[in-house]
Amino acid sequence: MPQVTLTVNGKKHTVEVEPRTLLVELLREKLRLTGTHVGCDTSQCGACVVHINGDSVKSCTTLAVMCEGAEVTTIEGLASPDGTLHPMQEAFREYHALQCGFCTPGMVMSAIDLVRKNPQGLSEEEIRHGLEGNLCRCTGYHNIVKAIAAAQEVMHGRRKELARAAE
Amino acid sequence: MNVVTPFEGIGASVRRKEDLRFLSGRGQYTDDLNRQGQTWAHILRSPHPHARIRGIDTRAASAMPGVLAVFTGKDMAEAGVGGLPCGWLIHNKDGSPMAEPPHPVLAVDKVRHVGDPVAVVVAETRAQARDAAEAIAVDYEVLPAAATMAQALAPGAPQLHEGAPGNLCYDWHIGDKAVVDAAFARAHKVATLELVNNRLVPNAMEPRAAIGEYDRGTGDYTLWTTSQNPHVIRLLMGANVLHIPESRLRVIAPDVGGGFGSKIYHYAEEAIVTWASGRVERPVKWTADRVESFMSDAHGRDHVTKAELALDQDGKILALRVSTLANMGAYLSTFAPCIPTYLYATLLAGVYTTPAIYCEVKAVFTNTVPVDAYRGAGRPEATYLLERLMDVAAAETGIDRIELRRRNFIRPDQFPYQTPVALQYDSGNYHATLDQALQAADWAGFEARRAEAKRRGRLRGIGVSTYIEACGIAPSAVVGSLGARAGLYEVGTIRVHPTGSVTVLTGAHSHGQGHETTFAQLVADKLGVPVAQVEVVHGDTGKVPFGMGTYGSRSLAVGGSAMMKAMDKIIAKGKRIAAHLMEASVEDIEFERGEFRVAGTDKKKTLTEISVAAYVPHNYPIEELEPGLEETAFYDPKNFTFPAGCHVAEVEIDPETGRTQVVNFTAVDDVGRVINPMIVEGQVQGGVAQGIGQALLERCVYDENGQLLSGSMMDYTMPRADDLPPVGVATHTTLCTHNPLGVKGCGEVGAIGSPPAVINAVVDALKEYGVRHVEMPATPERIWQIINANRPRMAAE
Ligand code: FES
Ligand code: FES
Repeated sequence: MPQVTLTVNGKKHTVEVEPRTLLVELLREKLRLTGTHVGCDTSQCGACVVHINGDSVKSCTTLAVMCEGAEVTTIEGLASPDGTLHPMQEAFREYHALQCGFCTPGMVMSAIDLVRKNPQGLSEEEIRHGLEGNLCRCTGYHNIVKAIAAAQEVMHGRRKELARAAE
Repeated sequence: MNVVTPFEGIGASVRRKEDLRFLSGRGQYTDDLNRQGQTWAHILRSPHPHARIRGIDTRAASAMPGVLAVFTGKDMAEAGVGGLPCGWLIHNKDGSPMAEPPHPVLAVDKVRHVGDPVAVVVAETRAQARDAAEAIAVDYEVLPAAATMAQALAPGAPQLHEGAPGNLCYDWHIGDKAVVDAAFARAHKVATLELVNNRLVPNAMEPRAAIGEYDRGTGDYTLWTTSQNPHVIRLLMGANVLHIPESRLRVIAPDVGGGFGSKIYHYAEEAIVTWASGRVERPVKWTADRVESFMSDAHGRDHVTKAELALDQDGKILALRVSTLANMGAYLSTFAPCIPTYLYATLLAGVYTTPAIYCEVKAVFTNTVPVDAYRGAGRPEATYLLERLMDVAAAETGIDRIELRRRNFIRPDQFPYQTPVALQYDSGNYHATLDQALQAADWAGFEARRAEAKRRGRLRGIGVSTYIEACGIAPSAVVGSLGARAGLYEVGTIRVHPTGSVTVLTGAHSHGQGHETTFAQLVADKLGVPVAQVEVVHGDTGKVPFGMGTYGSRSLAVGGSAMMKAMDKIIAKGKRIAAHLMEASVEDIEFERGEFRVAGTDKKKTLTEISVAAYVPHNYPIEELEPGLEETAFYDPKNFTFPAGCHVAEVEIDPETGRTQVVNFTAVDDVGRVINPMIVEGQVQGGVAQGIGQALLERCVYDENGQLLSGSMMDYTMPRADDLPPVGVATHTTLCTHNPLGVKGCGEVGAIGSPPAVINAVVDALKEYGVRHVEMPATPERIWQIINANRPRMAAE
């Protein structure tokens, strides 16, 4: 069986995989990182989004063998070791941007990449457009958009602390 | 009610307790779990809508690598496995019971829809199970199919079931036909509308999954499943399908990634993995692919209706007459028969004083996936019909559509209000929610926006819907008399621990609703225990005494009420302990903000002091009182609750492409007392998104042969972020009069109120084209065709 060596959330792993094994299967089944979810089989939903070398990627359509030497970050690797949440995670909680939580890991990973690639800042319309690869059936996206808009201010250093949601 | 701190009690937008685990990837959904020695099941499904099974050859599959067993329907039937039960019996007009054909777990002699399960492979790995399933040879004799209700009802139609002649499940009615017909005979105007309520696929983001485990030592079974109601699954599967006593069967529904109704029902796969785990004596796991979900999760809606409204010359409604065909799909799903009857026809009074209503419903079997409750379940269908019909009636009488509604509203001084279709509304203020919504949506300023849009070449329209629904299902005796085969109370246990922290055990189930937070707020409010010290346990029949689960926006109205009753018992017992400790009489003990006080003195004991005394009963009235501080209550609701409100949608249509964009959406809902405004707002926004999805995007399509065309997320349009507008949500509260919290329910209002608001706006936008109705979903193609069909006529005028 082929082997693949990759770094996941800062930890190096060498894993035996079948040629057909998907990255999401490697993460969920071999490494027991079940925060990354599978919501579809046609690459539509984005529940499986992780970062590979800093870019958001759908791990359901990425073969594990293609990740040789890659740096992978999953939802489990976002918070700092002391438990402090990433500003995007914090914003999702503050703005009630999750309900059942199933789309959330992929949504957060996509949102972080979207914000990072747009240091100029994104309008609500641009955020909506940027989320076209991620489905959420619960929230109607309204609060997800609000959360991302608030998080980008902190991520780009324009605000020290997350703006509180209106009561 | 007491408020512990300004931020945690009833009415506070407490941030959710469950979010930390979901946001850090530590949720535990069924597919995240793996059991020691686990095997995988793959289910072979029918590719045909309708076929006879001549034979199944499993020999090659059984010999494939890693395969432990292959089972067919015959194997399960021979082992005594029963069919999937239906939980609701409807009676025909003539009093005879509905047709209730068998629903085998695995098909035995016939398959009746694409996706009907035929055989199961159990193997060491998921891939091995899937590979082996491909090696099963099924000899099908393909039969003609009835894909639509029209096909199924046509003379000479293919017959799905022996026990259902003409493919009819039931022919039911409600109301007094003679009175209604007489009212129509003297009507000044009659507004008529034929409309389709489009079939939807619920598509919770988490696909269904199940793990069965058999314990050889004890003979006990455990099932982990993506369910909204684990106790109901235990009851149905244990008693009807696998004949396992409840004492030997534990059902756990851990974190569940959305339900919207689709995870209420007892599904074949749950029984298959549980039974198979006993056969192979190892845990058996199954997780649906999304394409499998499309062809095996119960679908929603799918009505074809003719409705007529009789009005007098002042625009007062005299009567409503409705005839509906409701698609049941190929088999009866758990609650399917009650959706187009008691959750639909009984809502046809809406918010209006309609004195006479008659509705007949034919439920039809077709070669499609079973149809059951989907967010709103019957009430969106009733609301869509009524609110479209009100706009048609307005156009035909020349009375303004808002004015027509106002003239017919039930007034605030008319409650309790008895409708002619069985329900009695307890409270509401429909004028208030309408006025508030019109104000918030700037209805008055709309014509200026329409004119501005026109200058940009866009067609702008505005639409309103004033809806009511029934939640908090429901008084057991009432639903029992209507055919329910279960009681619909809820159970709550409050366990005050020796050191004063609290565990709440509830039979309700959270799959996105935020119960861990809302229920903790109830405890914070009533017992004065901080939210952080309240744990809410749900979803495990091994921990929670009993329960009926979460659907029909019932968790707070019924489940919350059970908790309130249990807390009343805690306080009553606490008072007796406090009286003993403070040497006072029980009547003199008052409880407030977590403290028991002797009235008129400064003597007091905290809840923690009381619970320590209860668990360490050294100084305790042990002769009269048992130690411990834990109480359970069963709460059976006295009536349904009746959330109501007003939704306003504003749309813009691009006449070149036919694309409709919802540009503004305003919801003003009366959901009764609000415990956590942030969560209520989120529930409404999510419901509205699904309603806009139904109105503009979503439609499950079968071809005329019964093949599922919209069978994946590539073919079925799920609403995405840029399809939806920001949704403005506000509440206007009148309290429910018959439950201790005054709550009504907020989970479904969004999906109920919004579709007619959107379609009314679309019709309004197209009014210069002479359009009186547009079917859902109002896709660009549909709109473009309407515009182009009417263009020559407009040019000629
Ligand atoms: S699982 Fe749906 S896109 Fe990857
Ligand atoms: S929170 Fe449930 S799918 Fe997004």
